[in-house]
Amino acid sequence: MLGMVLALALIWIGFHILSGGLFLTPRNLWNLSVQSSSVAIMATGMVLVIVTRNIDLSIGSMLGFIGMVMGVIQVDVLPKFLGFEHPATWIVALGAGLVLGVMLGAFQGALIAYLGIPSFIVTLGGFLVWRGAAWWVTSGQTAAPLDTTFKLMGGGPEGSIGAAWSWTLGLLGCAAIIALLAHSRGRRKQFQFPLRPMAAEVFLGVAAALLILGAVAVANAYPWPIGTVRRYAQANHIALPDRGLFIAHGFAIPVLIAVAAGIVVTFLATRTRFGRYVYAIGGNPEAAELAGINTRWVIVKVFMLMGLLAAVSAAISIARLDAATNSEGTLAELLVIAAAVIGGTSLSGGTGTIAGAMLGAVLMQSLQSGMVLLGVDTPLQNIVVGVVLVLAVWLDTIYRRRRVS
Amino acid sequence: MSPPLVAMRDVSLAFGGIHAVDRVSVELYAGEVVALLGHNGAGKSSLVKILSGAYRRDSGSIAIRGEEAAIANPRDAKRYGIETIYQTLALADNVDTAANLFLGRELRTRFGTLDDIAMEAEARKVMGRLNPHFQRFKDPVKALSGGQRQSVAIARAILFNAQILIMDEPTAALGPQEAAQVADLVRQLKADGLGIFLISHDIHDVFDLADRICVMKNGAVVGTARTADVTKDDVLGMIILGKCPPGAVPGPGGVAAPDRMADERPL
Repeated sequence: MLGMVLALALIWIGFHILSGGLFLTPRNLWNLSVQSSSVAIMATGMVLVIVTRNIDLSIGSMLGFIGMVMGVIQVDVLPKFLGFEHPATWIVALGAGLVLGVMLGAFQGALIAYLGIPSFIVTLGGFLVWRGAAWWVTSGQTAAPLDTTFKLMGGGPEGSIGAAWSWTLGLLGCAAIIALLAHSRGRRKQFQFPLRPMAAEVFLGVAAALLILGAVAVANAYPWPIGTVRRYAQANHIALPDRGLFIAHGFAIPVLIAVAAGIVVTFLATRTRFGRYVYAIGGNPEAAELAGINTRWVIVKVFMLMGLLAAVSAAISIARLDAATNSEGTLAELLVIAAAVIGGTSLSGGTGTIAGAMLGAVLMQSLQSGMVLLGVDTPLQNIVVGVVLVLAVWLDTIYRRRRVS
Repeated sequence: MSPPLVAMRDVSLAFGGIHAVDRVSVELYAGEVVALLGHNGAGKSSLVKILSGAYRRDSGSIAIRGEEAAIANPRDAKRYGIETIYQTLALADNVDTAANLFLGRELRTRFGTLDDIAMEAEARKVMGRLNPHFQRFKDPVKALSGGQRQSVAIARAILFNAQILIMDEPTAALGPQEAAQVADLVRQLKADGLGIFLISHDIHDVFDLADRICVMKNGAVVGTARTADVTKDDVLGMIILGKCPPGAVPGPGGVAAPDRMADERPL
């Protein structure tokens, strides 16, 4: 994980220098965070899928299909009953999408766990089937424009929470981390277990707090574009001062959703029986079975979670685009798998962290955004990302081998 | 006399056309060690896997303390107080000692989350009994030595107050000193009133620890004997030739002495 952070720092600084100071700006970092969120959300679930020695190739197509369904629900179906821009539209559309995601995941998971069909094959089938289904929903037509409230999930000036809320959330986050550290230390003390040195605890707490507050500061340093400010001022009858009005973006809603997904899935993976079983199955499926674990049901649940997360990403993707198209999410499965693997998830199962996978998503997006800033052609971008993926896994293999011996 | 702790009657299991376990009847009493002997593939491991719920038998019955027991999966077996130390150890290599000890039976906080601290505390207690120098509670078990891994597997079996213990080659991965520790543990558990099925290739171990010996060949029981009533040579004869000596109760898997069979064959 430390290697990942170093690699990311290197990439960021490298692009910053090469682009003549364009990369490490609030604007670019804010955009980077929004662009990473969709892949990062799915990567959290992909970690658990890969840890159980499975794979899911279908999530990009699933994203397209679910996005199409959510789009049609709010563009064509609900307006007939509720009228346009009804306050319940976004929640009905989103809810339907999430339920559909869980159902698709459960279906694929059941084929894998109970019929014993390899996940590679089931989800390769799903890759084709769901993409075809996405086309069928509207015979290939795009569903647009989306409900205004739903669109907030895509980010943008309105889909951000502003300076005050960002500071509030940041401070809450700091408080939560300090409370967690203190609680864990207290319990270890109570059981008279070996403790980390106090200096290490303080360092951890301070580093985490600085990271959070730094992120808040960056998000709040990126102002709304002048056009949006002008429209906002007009709508709220505010006189616009001559030197403009500084309205901060703050955290974008999709980024907050991604962070929430990361926290929830990390909690599931490390603090619940479900997560413990996921890792045990990855380490030794036979041992898990002999320990009395219902391994098949655990696998189904893993794929249900993956489907749910694909639906969340679908909502964010179509909201960002303000349209649902049947090609949305094409190749997303490969980016998600790459993010998980770059983040230290082993394809042989048993190991992988959610935070690592999310960092992996940010790393890949950084490469892509950086190359866009430098004006690198799209084909060359793909070549670089491909090479970095292989290189990262190779370095990781060497590192692991050295640590074992 | 109280009924046996375990009574397996005419238990059979076939894989395809192969009779892995063939009409096996065997009993185990509280405070007794019964050794299961036989060549590789004789059906010992399959038999105990039926008892531990890993395999489902095709026919026959299992009674625990005189009552018919329904054992369809490992969880059922654990409910009857049956714990197993598998030959392969059956550890999840990528998680730590406490996680392995409590796998499938995790302790939880009042919020329903894993109580890792309490589990580590229990792990430290039980491991302290088996392997006092062991300190590597934070490492995944794949980083441990063979002896330490074996200790983890044994600790898991005794952690939940088992009444029936199945030990499949418990000393195979151990050095002499650690093997002696396991032997002491077996004696202690026996004194505590547990019934133990012991599978071992080490015939000295078997004569040292077992009260009775049950020899299997080609899935069936050759014979069962009190350890005191037979010699090591008798037992080797049972294992290799399937010949049941006078001191043993013959089972369906025994053969008449081969030389006599040759004599009786019509010319």
